[in-house]
Amino acid sequence: MAKERRIILKHIDQPGYAPDIACYKKHGGYEELKKAIRMEPGKIVDEVKTSGLRGRGGAGFPCGVKWGFITPNNPKPVYLICNADESEPGTFKDRQIIYKDPHQLLEGMIISCFAVQAKLAYIYIRGEFPEGARILEKAIAEAQAAGFLGKNILGSGFDLETVVHRGAGAYICGEETGLIESLEGKRPYPRIKPPYFPVVLGLYQCPTVVNNVETLCNIKHIIAMGGAAYAKIGTPNNTGTRILCVSGHVNKPGYYEFEVGSLTLGELINDVCGGICGGRKLKAIIPGGSSAKVLRADERFKIKQKQPDGSMANRELGVLDIPLDFDTLAATGSMAGSGGIIVMDDSTDMVRALANINEFYAHESCGQCTPCREGSLWMKKITRRMLGGGGRKEDTSLLKNIADNIAGRTICAFGEACAWPTQSFVEKFRDEFEAKAAKN
Amino acid sequence: MNLDSLHAEADQIITRYPASKRSASLPLLHLVQEKLGYISDPAIEWVAAKLGLQPVNIFELVTFYPMFHRKPIGKNHIKVCRTLSCALNGGQALCEHFQKKLGVGLEETTKDGKFTVSYVECIASCGTAPVLMINDDFYENVSREKADELIRKYGQS
Repeated sequence: MAKERRIILKHIDQPGYAPDIACYKKHGGYEELKKAIRMEPGKIVDEVKTSGLRGRGGAGFPCGVKWGFITPNNPKPVYLICNADESEPGTFKDRQIIYKDPHQLLEGMIISCFAVQAKLAYIYIRGEFPEGARILEKAIAEAQAAGFLGKNILGSGFDLETVVHRGAGAYICGEETGLIESLEGKRPYPRIKPPYFPVVLGLYQCPTVVNNVETLCNIKHIIAMGGAAYAKIGTPNNTGTRILCVSGHVNKPGYYEFEVGSLTLGELINDVCGGICGGRKLKAIIPGGSSAKVLRADERFKIKQKQPDGSMANRELGVLDIPLDFDTLAATGSMAGSGGIIVMDDSTDMVRALANINEFYAHESCGQCTPCREGSLWMKKITRRMLGGGGRKEDTSLLKNIADNIAGRTICAFGEACAWPTQSFVEKFRDEFEAKAAKN
Repeated sequence: MNLDSLHAEADQIITRYPASKRSASLPLLHLVQEKLGYISDPAIEWVAAKLGLQPVNIFELVTFYPMFHRKPIGKNHIKVCRTLSCALNGGQALCEHFQKKLGVGLEETTKDGKFTVSYVECIASCGTAPVLMINDDFYENVSREKADELIRKYGQS
């Protein structure tokens, strides 16, 4: 089985490793910035394109392609926003970076800002990380004093200000256009698309690059090894490493960093995380944050897989054989999402688990689009009444019907995020839902 | 502590948003809540005036974002994670334990004003469930014994 390959998490949790700049520099910190700031900005964008890096926030969009959408000679200023609003249930990777290695994030951000020529950057950090915000503010002050931030960085003539901006407890701010509205001081209602990318029209109607914490950290390592070498890590189209967060019913929950696609779900759960707690059996896995469709332990998938020689082959996979990459998880009908893997054992009541998820989405729907605002509430009410013994015979079908009428009918992907759990739970554990509904 | 003592700090925060003062809305609300404990009507008007906005522009934020309180709450705010990974690992029993020990329901404050107990949604530490925050402090792998210890610790302050 593949061993952990810690690139982003390399120093995190090492004894004696501290979040201050002296420690960071002692471990080779800011050397990549010194290298990058002498490069042509366009060359950095090219390296990131070559690296194949895909966004680590959830959507998996190619980072270099996103950056490439910035039109040259635009008279408006360019902004960069670090999306540190980590709120997808099951995900806790950005927290580790922010709290334990903030300068790695800053170095990645400064290089990225230089590449896209952003002179002002915001770190939008979720409100529930007050200590994280203080750590980042301290790191920014240290970087400024050392000449890595502020005016004329390292004598290059490039200026950059970085500001930490705290959210206030709303999940929808993780959606990048909602985040931008929030940063503009408004309710975080996601914006109507098109334009599809804030890179076209973002903060204050200016071109704005929004990247996740882990994505920005990767930029530093792409500069260190070069885009082509980075692209060799992982598998084609799924390059680099990924921080996987495992929670729920496993013996050793936690965060682990692996080359993308280098291990299967089974290896992760059984070998890395020490198997299911208390000798019980696996029942279900949510593989990419709570929005991702649930996988049932005994499911099998027929998927087309690209072979090393480039040809396509059909393969039949069980759940535990699924390699953890973007494309295979998408082919199973679920997604790699934010890398948050929630494991449930055979003692789990699936109606109760879905009711929990539905409470979350009903609480977090911003209320802008009717299907989502009303639908998420009704899904919550129905799963709640099923638990309370007030379920009705038609509830199972009703749940699916409501979910089917949310997905694809909303301004942002929250519609899918709240519909997919209900659709998949009801489809894959129909018996449990029908039994609960019939109990009344 | 009153609102007028916050002018200097507020002005400093506003400078971080050179393109639009309105962007300072959330930071100013955080500042006010941190110093005064909750967001009163005069506070809403004060923040709006500070940013050249109408009170409704600030009011609609206070009612939207879950972290802002419209009324005073207990000196120590216990926020237990309600979401799935914590629920799979005893989060609900933990929250009920706090309520029972303190003799309050959800969103209620103890008679001595020392504690308010709430559920919050995922606070991003699912691998160390169940987790909670008390004010700005974060606690993980919280057993009942640890919960009792936290009540003792914060009860003294």
